[in-house]
Amino acid sequence: MVTTMPTAISVRGLRKSYGPVVAVGGVSFDVELGEFFGILGPNGAGKTTTLEIVEGLRAADDGELSVLGLAPWPRNPELLPRIGVQLQASSFFERLTAREQIRTFASLYGVPARRADQMLETVGLTDSGAVRAEKLSGGQAQRLSIACALVHDPELVFMDEPTGALDPQARRNLWDLLRQINADGRTVVLTTHHMDEAETLCDRVAIMDHGEILKLGAPAALVRDIDSPVRISIESGQLTAADARFPGVGDVADDGVSLTIATREPAPVLAGLAGRRALAGLRVQGATLEDVFLDLTGREYRA
Amino acid sequence: MTGPLLGRPLALRSLSRAMFVGFVRDRAALVFSILIPVLFLVLFGSIYKSTSAAKISVIEVGRVALLDQAQAAAPAQLGRIMTVAHSTDLAASLDAVRKGTDDAVVQQRGRTLVVRYSIADQTTAGIVQAVFSSIVQQADAAAAGRTDGYQLATSQVEDKSLQPIQYIAPGLLGWAIASGGAFGAAITLVGWRQTKLLRRLRLAPVSVGSVVLARVGLSLVLALVQLAVFLAIATLPYFGLRLSADWWMAIPVVLCGTLAFMSIGLLVGSVSTSQQAATAIANVIILPMAFLGGAFVPLDFAPAWLRDVSYAMPLRYLVTGMQNVMARGEGAASALPAIGILLGLAAVLTLVSVRAFRWDAV
Repeated sequence: MVTTMPTAISVRGLRKSYGPVVAVGGVSFDVELGEFFGILGPNGAGKTTTLEIVEGLRAADDGELSVLGLAPWPRNPELLPRIGVQLQASSFFERLTAREQIRTFASLYGVPARRADQMLETVGLTDSGAVRAEKLSGGQAQRLSIACALVHDPELVFMDEPTGALDPQARRNLWDLLRQINADGRTVVLTTHHMDEAETLCDRVAIMDHGEILKLGAPAALVRDIDSPVRISIESGQLTAADARFPGVGDVADDGVSLTIATREPAPVLAGLAGRRALAGLRVQGATLEDVFLDLTGREYRA
Repeated sequence: MTGPLLGRPLALRSLSRAMFVGFVRDRAALVFSILIPVLFLVLFGSIYKSTSAAKISVIEVGRVALLDQAQAAAPAQLGRIMTVAHSTDLAASLDAVRKGTDDAVVQQRGRTLVVRYSIADQTTAGIVQAVFSSIVQQADAAAAGRTDGYQLATSQVEDKSLQPIQYIAPGLLGWAIASGGAFGAAITLVGWRQTKLLRRLRLAPVSVGSVVLARVGLSLVLALVQLAVFLAIATLPYFGLRLSADWWMAIPVVLCGTLAFMSIGLLVGSVSTSQQAATAIANVIILPMAFLGGAFVPLDFAPAWLRDVSYAMPLRYLVTGMQNVMARGEGAASALPAIGILLGLAAVLTLVSVRAFRWDAV
């Protein structure tokens, strides 16, 4: 029936301006079916506008866009049941309990209450079903908000900063849930400020700034691409800074707690440290997605 | 599967239920939309409850020999039950009775004592009739056989004057309905925009019509509850509101008034960026209107300028529309102009709101 397997999202030359301000200046990317795709960028980079256009909330000024083979603008009732959008954790009906919220959203899609209760179970909120949404903890509200986005079993899911303001336990718990959603065969598009989150969850990420995509690829590939030294550190006092100047070593710094060696050739340095039995407290840190991000978008603070 | 305007009936039903449950659980909203107006009704209804005056106040227009003789014969007795003022202006005196300032106008035409009184307060009306028929009987008895006897002609003044409860109840009810409609629409719209629930609903396959209809339905139900509670309390014997025959016509007036004030709220919500701003703007609109539109100050007793100003106040049409059919005894058709004006206002403001409408805060 379908001649070619469509991509989940196909964007070509997308543009959007607000008066003189160019929010999105010619963005192109594809998201494959089943992919976990991240969009990263500082505030004002244009990622929100891009996502809003893809979700069908705004019209683009120019460009081609297809979502699950359909045009999202103008509001396309054929597409809406196939996508799920998780907004803020506060996008609920006032004074309704968790169970009432998800059942209400379910009925908007013609999904029976039984299925809504199952989804509540999936996100681990069955015990909190009778708690009003306003009284849920941050992590619970976030999970409810995700459950409400998934209750109609969408093929394509959008998540906007899903783990913002959560404690580490709640974040990890949510990551497991997001992985599971993706493992079930759904395509997931995530925007986030948290580089560790993008690095651990996303198959590919697009780094945006000033309305353009600066880099697009698998996180590991992006990290490898930047020419950044590996930082090797050990406890202070085992070796003097001068002794640590193995061949190929760049900066060496000792702050009294750790001796840190920056190098682009870690193997001889590690061998040298082992040879001197100076491995206590060893840590080897490669570049992270955060380095890639800061490398691309600059380190200066933007108010 | 989905109709163009309303979408799935299930969606409309569940949206309505979600809004209704959310509203009923909102104690503050219940207090503001029902309890406070009812407290006002009880308070003002009790304060201004017409207490049957110990004395009736009578205006003597021209010379009324019969009354003068009776007063001369028994000054102390009559002084206990009536005060008599003299006037030569019949029209002004009748007006005073109509407004309830005085209780009766008395004239003498030959051997006939002409008494005109208001039936607004039936107790007073009864006393007036009893007092004057006894004056006539005593005069007849005193002149026994010598003359043909005196006659008493009593008639009601063209009575449109209202008992306090008859303007307090529609006035306060109008204010309660106006506030409920305007604040409900404004705060819901701004709140949903802030929490992005509006955006969430836009992303669901549910029509804008269902969302609007569910919220309008909630306000209409609330307004009917307000009407029922007010009528139940005001018609208690203690407050004594007597409903006119066509009182049921107040129901469409209430529904149209709700739509009109929801459209005001919709416009306020469309231009406001926070719930505080929406509340403040709605207050600035509704509160002065309650004074200028006849809800707090009955227009019958208002100075002429206020009556002129009231024509520009949508609340006037809600309040007087209800008053005419509930309390003044006018026919059902008398409410039609008010209904037309309220619906027209709702239509115009809704169109303006649609232009000013924003899905998102940014």
